[in-house]
Parts: sequence; structure tokens; C-alpha cells
Amino acid sequence: MTSTTAAEGAVRPVSHRLGRAALAVTFWLGVWQVAAVAVDQHVLLVTPAGAFGRLVELVVTVDFWGTVGHSLLRIGAGFLLAAAVGILGASLAHRVLLVDVLLTPALAAIRSTPVVSFIILVLIWSGSGTLAVVISFLMVLPILYTTTLEGIRHRDRALLEMTTTFRVPWVRRLPVVDLPAVLPFVVAGCKVGVGLAWKSGIAAEVIGLPQGSIGEQLYEAKIFLSSADLFAWTVVVVALAYGFERLVLLLLERTEARLARGPVR
Amino acid sequence: MIRLRGITKAYGGQHVLDGLDLDLPDGRVTAVMGPNGVGKTTLARILLGLETPDAGTIDGLAGLSCAAVFQEDRLCGQLTAAGNVALVLERRTPPSAVHAELAAVGLDAESRAKPVRELSGGQRRRVVIVRALAADADLLVLDEPFKGLDATGRDLVMAHVRARSAGRTTLFITHDPGEAEQLGDQLIHLDPPTADVR
Repeated sequence: MTSTTAAEGAVRPVSHRLGRAALAVTFWLGVWQVAAVAVDQHVLLVTPAGAFGRLVELVVTVDFWGTVGHSLLRIGAGFLLAAAVGILGASLAHRVLLVDVLLTPALAAIRSTPVVSFIILVLIWSGSGTLAVVISFLMVLPILYTTTLEGIRHRDRALLEMTTTFRVPWVRRLPVVDLPAVLPFVVAGCKVGVGLAWKSGIAAEVIGLPQGSIGEQLYEAKIFLSSADLFAWTVVVVALAYGFERLVLLLLERTEARLARGPVR
Repeated sequence: MIRLRGITKAYGGQHVLDGLDLDLPDGRVTAVMGPNGVGKTTLARILLGLETPDAGTIDGLAGLSCAAVFQEDRLCGQLTAAGNVALVLERRTPPSAVHAELAAVGLDAESRAKPVRELSGGQRRRVVIVRALAADADLLVLDEPFKGLDATGRDLVMAHVRARSAGRTTLFITHDPGEAEQLGDQLIHLDPPTADVR
């Protein structure tokens, strides 16, 4: 007999998604294992077990957490700074045409310039200490600026006219008219921006080799031909990027949900 | 007195208002009627400062605060009825006063507690009317305010509008001659291309 309750029906899509994800992960781990066995050279391609074994060795050391903290702090700071400047810049550009006229081509130039050019320029100007901050900032800024400006331009005109007519102060308009319209665009920008911040930030560290960074560890993995270290640190970067993205999106989605509920009066 | 002289407005080369002369006496309700496309809503938008006339002058409008019922509801869907009304009021207005105004147009406590996106069209229209009437405005612009209300609701809300708009300079746009007679102190019929005052 096959009957499902409403509760089971509601749970099923989640379990299906998890099942599909587990299937995909298992499949690709299998492909990795088969490839590693076929190559049969740990220097070139370590097995999944070898990589995770190395990861476990790293995780229990104090240095590992120091390295993670170093990169997390700098790339996170670059991302948050870009989000703040991008959102404020877009708000200003919407009000002052000259700001938009000046910023749009500058940000378009940043977007199309190879990231290594910036990395080398920052290394020449200020060294490797702030490299990951500057690079992740530069890569995320155009995205957050563009998406926020797009969101501002997509606000409900009818509601804006209503608030103008009633002379509603902007501080009261912001949470009920502006933010609900702009936040989905900011969320979309952050989804793209977080991944880019980590990719560019780590790439900058590999080239600039700031002491105690994940990039330095990846570079050493290359020098010592240690694919186990390479894969282990790559897993760490992926996990950090994913965790950081989830945290940022969770905060934004909670704000979105709170605004959607509106104040209780 | 708000005096409009020679107000002209065209969209894409087509005149909507062409040399309109109109007086809105202080503290009186001016009802405006006319067929679709004659420029009633454009007139409302010009008075609210949302459109600039191509030609003509308006005296007595500068510095006046405005409140309006637009043809569309223009409510923040996520806010409750009280939240929408409170948005346009001074912060010191007590919530109980807002709730009393909403109750006066037939919105019960349950309806007032819901986000307005969950209310019926008629209920939302009542919120819109209360919002305009509760605002401390010198000029009230009501553009087809009773659109979407059933007969019973219309009578209740109209009585509320009559009470709350008394003594306030009001432009009342309607298609219904009965509404215009009941609420208007003077009746203007707009016919293209000029206004005919009777």
C-alpha cells in the first residue's frame, strides 16, 4: 500500500535533493578514485582518501587555523568593503548623474582588466600584506555597484510617487519601499561576488605569497609537488567560500523576510 | 484659493489639457467629471506636483502639503492597513487613532492585523481612503476613490469622506454624477479642449 501524508510530501523534495547531491558527489569521488588509481602516481594525482587524510592532518594543527584566519579575514574584508562601497556608490550614482557618468566606465575597465594586472600593480605599490583585500575588493565592487543600481532603478514608481505626495521622510521610506525592491538585486550580486572574491583573492595570494596565507600553502604544494596538499587546501577554500556565501545570504534573506513581514502595529 | 490658468499638457504631441482654467476654492470640494482621456488624472498629477504643465500658471499651490487617493491603491503590500496609514502620518500619532479611523470605514481588527496584500480589493481601497484622509494635508486629491467598493461599502466610506473632507480644499474626480452631487461643493465638467464650469 502506498499512501503519503502531506508532511511526507513536503519533506520529499528536500530528501530528493539531498539524495541527488549525494549521488553526484559519490559519482565524482568514484571518478577521482579511478583516475588516481589509473595514474598511480601520488605526486600527480592523489586519491580522495589521501587528500582527505592530509586534510585531517592539517585541521588538527594550530597553523592551519592561523592560515585560514589570515585569508578569511582579508578576503572577507575585501568583499564586505566592496559591498559597502558598491551599495553606497550606486545610491549616490542614482541621485547624482555625474557620479554614474564617472564610475560606470571606470568599473567597466576594472571588470575587463585581467586580475593579474591588478595583482602585480598592488604588489608594486603596497606589497603583499593587503593584496587579497584589494584584489577581492576590486573584483566584487563592479558587481555590487551594477546590481544595486539596477535594483534602485527597478523600485516601484507608483509607490515612490505616493511617498513623494505624502512627503514621507526617506528614513521611513527606505525599509518599506526601497529595501524590499533593491535587496533581491543585492542578494543576486552577493551570490556572484562571494565566489569571485575567493577565486581572485586566493589567486592573488598564490602570486603575491603573503606570509601565512592559503595562497602560500597552495604555492608550496606546487613547489613540493604535493597534490595531497593542493587538494586538501582546495577543499578548504571551497568550504570557506561556501560557508561565507551561506552566512552572507542568510543575513540578507533574514533581512528580506523581516522587511516582507513589515512592522507590527 | 488655488487658481489654474491656461494649463496645457500634451503627451507625444497629443493635447490632454489645453488651456484649462480652474479655481479650487479654499475648504471646498471641487468635483471634476468628464469622459476618459479628458485629462482628469493629469490635472490631479499636476496639482500633486507629479507632472509639470507645458504651459500655464498655478497660484496658491506653493508650500501646500498634499494627500491623495490615486486610481491605483499604491499600498506597501507587506505592511498592515495600520502600517500603511501610519507611514504617512507624524510619528506621534497614536496607533489607536489609526485603528479607529480604519474601523470607521468597516475594517475589523482581523483585517487590520493582516498585510494589505492579503486583503480584498474593496478592503484595500478603504485603507487607501483612510490614508489620504488621515494625513494632515492642505490639499486633498481624490481620483476615483470609490472604485472597487460595493454599494454598502461605498455608502459607509462616502459618509466618512464627507465628514473628513469637510472644510478641506479637495479635488474629487469621479465618473459618477451621484457621487459628484453628494460630495462636491462645485461641479466641473471637463470636455476637450477646455473646462466648462457650471
